[in-house]
Amino acid sequence: MIDKSLRWVDDRLGVAKGGRTFLDKIFPDHWSFMLGEIALYSFVVLLATGVFLTLYYVPSAKEVIYHGSYLPLRGQRVSEAYASTIGLSFDVKSGLLMRQAHHWAADIFLGSIAVHMARVFFTGAFRKPRELNWVVGVSMLLLGILNGFLGYSLPDDLVSGTGIRIAYSILESIPIVGSYIAFFLFGGNYPGNGIIIPRFFIIHVLIIPAIIVGLLAAHLGLLVKQKHTQFPGKGRTEHNVVGSPMFPTFMAKTTGFMFMTTATIFLLAGFAQINPIWQFGPYQPYQISYAVQPDWYMGWLDGALRIMPSWEFVGWGHTWPLEVFLPAVLFPGIVFNLFFAWPFLEAKLTKDRAYHNLLDRPRDRPKRTAAGASVFMLLFMVFCASSTDVLANFFNVPLQSVLITFRIIVIVLPILTFFVTYQICKELQGYEAAGKRKHPVVVTLTPEGEYRTTEMAPHPGDGHEEIEPIPVPTFINLVPPELATGSGVRRVMR
Amino acid sequence: MSDESPQLTGALPVAALDDPHLQPYAAHPERVNAVAVLSMVVGFLGFIGFGITFWISDQVQWEAATLGVGLFGLGFGVAAWGKYLMPQGPFVEERHDFHSTEAERDAMSAAVLERGGIVVKRRKVLGGLFALGAGTFGVVAAFPLIRSLGPKPGRALFTTNWKKDSLLVSLEGRPVKVSDLDVGGVLTVFPKGFEGSSPDQTILIRLADIAPGEPPFPLAPPGRSDWTVRGYVAYSKMCTHLGCPVGLYQEQTQQLVCPCHQSIFNVVAGAIPEFGPAPRPLPQLPLKVDAQGFLRSQAGYDQPVGPGFWERP
Repeated sequence: MIDKSLRWVDDRLGVAKGGRTFLDKIFPDHWSFMLGEIALYSFVVLLATGVFLTLYYVPSAKEVIYHGSYLPLRGQRVSEAYASTIGLSFDVKSGLLMRQAHHWAADIFLGSIAVHMARVFFTGAFRKPRELNWVVGVSMLLLGILNGFLGYSLPDDLVSGTGIRIAYSILESIPIVGSYIAFFLFGGNYPGNGIIIPRFFIIHVLIIPAIIVGLLAAHLGLLVKQKHTQFPGKGRTEHNVVGSPMFPTFMAKTTGFMFMTTATIFLLAGFAQINPIWQFGPYQPYQISYAVQPDWYMGWLDGALRIMPSWEFVGWGHTWPLEVFLPAVLFPGIVFNLFFAWPFLEAKLTKDRAYHNLLDRPRDRPKRTAAGASVFMLLFMVFCASSTDVLANFFNVPLQSVLITFRIIVIVLPILTFFVTYQICKELQGYEAAGKRKHPVVVTLTPEGEYRTTEMAPHPGDGHEEIEPIPVPTFINLVPPELATGSGVRRVMR
Repeated sequence: MSDESPQLTGALPVAALDDPHLQPYAAHPERVNAVAVLSMVVGFLGFIGFGITFWISDQVQWEAATLGVGLFGLGFGVAAWGKYLMPQGPFVEERHDFHSTEAERDAMSAAVLERGGIVVKRRKVLGGLFALGAGTFGVVAAFPLIRSLGPKPGRALFTTNWKKDSLLVSLEGRPVKVSDLDVGGVLTVFPKGFEGSSPDQTILIRLADIAPGEPPFPLAPPGRSDWTVRGYVAYSKMCTHLGCPVGLYQEQTQQLVCPCHQSIFNVVAGAIPEFGPAPRPLPQLPLKVDAQGFLRSQAGYDQPVGPGFWERP
């Protein structure tokens, strides 16, 4: 039956050869290669739950009186966007689960992209011929952060509304064109004429997702075309790829992984409350809540804004709000340009123009690893700076001290990290056995008071010798070996 | 099947059933199999549970628990099946160079540069006109896309609705009497008719209870004291950093704190920023009391309110 269908398709499309090659396609096995899969599957969850949400969400700033089942809000004047978000949370079956799953999936999507990107960076997977795929990946990260912010803003609650206010002011800080951009986008002086919610909505649900889907197709297409990188090992060279075949092994593993990723998102969605907008209340431009923090992926921008000194420059008849422009526009601009340019920058610095299909161990590239660790430390410290007020309260120290501490450590720590990481890499290079388990050694004390050491056998599995890889056998001789005569070869789809 | 060419079978690898590469990864496959079976059964029951939960109630924790168990059970079973019970391999696939042969590259370059070059070079005017037309189209097509989005800023960022003699009202539109606030009290006020408007939001603070005729509150900087009345002072509530409402008033220290990025303004010194990223003092609204005892503004703000922008002198 399956055989017949395959022949039917091949008669019309001629896919037997390519299809079979695709099923035999080899995926190397390493746990770190799953990080990108988490991003892929959380994106699938984002699309599915997002479609559910669009069925109930109303992208409108129009004021309505809330009449839903959440009693504390009854009779309040709120925007339709806010009312419909509360409505889909409380008055639609499974609505709250879907909304929280959407939010968790977004946080996990961006988190797994960041970790995946770190893996690609520290193992040198971005090198020729994969520079383009790195650029595609960084673009998806950028769009993902932007779309996360837009989606976070859609419920029009007090916390997200404050975020939009800040975004407006950041736009205003851009020299020359800033106020024009802000006025055009919002339809006037803040909060504008109410057009911003439908505009954010269409960008969030259509424009950016469509671009991400296109980039994702390119990302996976390039992966298939260029084949996956692999760590060095037995039988692995620059000219081959060793691992499991697409069908059935990789397909089973990745399908299982997709279900487990989805399970994790939904468990979080049900048990870990996220963005309880009914507690924040509807947005009013003259109201504010205390200790507001954005979603984690915006934290580095918020932190940068907090620790920046108040360097507004006035000159030549104009105001240059550098205290906003530098941390919120220039800083992320430089960071992302550095991300985009890194593969080309590194190739220029190392004069390395060769193809690379085998991955580096981070220790073997101490400068790259140190540079990456340094940037990571910078971003992480700036991220931590977005909770200055919370830290000051928690440790009961003056806010001023926390702020000044952060101003110092965001400069000092990355530099320190560079040198420390470099040194650790160098040390590890000189120590061959690092990362491998030592043989257990038993020390005994004889009655005479003499110590004796006895080396034990290695841990089971430590001495595991991988067998030599072979090409995927398309045909399997299904006749049991003891009966095989050489004429019983049968073709089976497997 | 036997009518196909026999050399296909010869060219593609054939493996014997006992080839070590085809053996499962697990040392005890039957144990893994039992775990996978159990896992998938639990998963199946989880999905059934979700269906029932959805039917009888939509309690979010039960929904998540049943769905999570279902998805995780199924996923774990399939993953275990793939990882431990399928052929362990390893298998190998050759990579091929990505680039084409030198001859193919030459042919490609020639197709672009020579064939295209001849046609374009001979018709320079046509080529130039096309570039001009397409470029112009690109520019004018952006006009409706960008210009129609919203109004030009004009003077909108420079002005508020606070004018001479504007009546201070609360959000509900109630005028503010001198006796309304105790010392230390704060109220968000708007000019009458613009309740809830973002740029007009103003924070009214009573710093002292000063009787009529007594000297005004000694507000630093000098010259601003007559902008206060009966111990009342009013500042724009829009933070000069990023426009958040400066909503936290700390009575003991007489400071206004912006909860967004912790800028701190000294209320008794013309709201100068004492700490944090805010670059400028909050603009001050000069106050007076009318004959009925209601608070009014002497004039509008003397400068643009809120965060900095390019056109601000």
